[in-house]
Amino acid sequence: MAAFSNPGYPMNQPPFSDMFGAIIDNTPYMKAIGAYYVGKSEDGITMALPWRADLVGDPETRVVASGVVTALLDNCCGMAVWDKVNEFKPVATLDLRIDYMRPAWPDQELKVTAKCYKLTRSVGFVRAFAYDVTPDDPVAAAQSAFIVSSPVPKPNSGVA
Amino acid sequence: MEKPPIEKPMSEKITGPGAHARRDPVLLLQNIPFAGFLGVRLELAGDELTGHLPFSPHLIGNPMLPALHGGVIGAFMEITAMSQLGWHANFEHMPKPIDVTVQYLRSGKPVDTYARAVVNRVGRTVANVDVSAWQESRHHPIATLQAHFLTG
Repeated sequence: MAAFSNPGYPMNQPPFSDMFGAIIDNTPYMKAIGAYYVGKSEDGITMALPWRADLVGDPETRVVASGVVTALLDNCCGMAVWDKVNEFKPVATLDLRIDYMRPAWPDQELKVTAKCYKLTRSVGFVRAFAYDVTPDDPVAAAQSAFIVSSPVPKPNSGVA
Repeated sequence: MEKPPIEKPMSEKITGPGAHARRDPVLLLQNIPFAGFLGVRLELAGDELTGHLPFSPHLIGNPMLPALHGGVIGAFMEITAMSQLGWHANFEHMPKPIDVTVQYLRSGKPVDTYARAVVNRVGRTVANVDVSAWQESRHHPIATLQAHFLTG
């Protein structure tokens, strides 16, 4: 259904979310931390990150640093906006609020599911949760707003 | 009887970020593997720490612009906040974030980034910290962060 949410988007084209796996794999920082795209569902866009020793914030507890959760939440929220826009447009984080509810379990894969619940002409509003074992026991929650801009046409590129 | 202070060698592992690290801000980050992964450094001027994040290609979030990943800037400011708080007050463990709000003002260019934190209040259970991050000029911040940390 997502392909029909944007009337300007050609119906015969696959949803933009088909590209998400490749986009993540070509984002240097996401590759560096080992994050990958899981898929989309009714709950939104899901990404995952396997536990790794060099991402730890406290070696005593082996808990992943909160900054790692921040990056995964930020990226996944941005993709949730892209899913709603359903075509390539530059998306930039305006603000991101994160509540850290509990530490993530060591050796557990961390997952983030983000949903863009409202998209206006220029702003996408997103809610996201990070969890390890089950979605109903979240590690962190995020609320964010993204600016959606139209790509600036390059001179002589032929793009209107 | 007051014991004479014991000079600890820099290589010695420390458990708390506070008093032990007072002579060398590097010790604040020694026990955070993720700070090493990002490449964060700390410089001390008086009692004010400046976080320094040298540019590295693995920190890129948008290869087309190119721009630093927003999560990198957020994490860097968070580490700066925790370090300044750890320096400011003598905690047993690194303070844990309760909530963090990041405002992105400009895209992060592929150059070195700096950050400074201001500790607004340290209470019995909660501390409030503001951070600002910049690249070319401190007067043109690329992002700001407000955070609450658990101190008790």
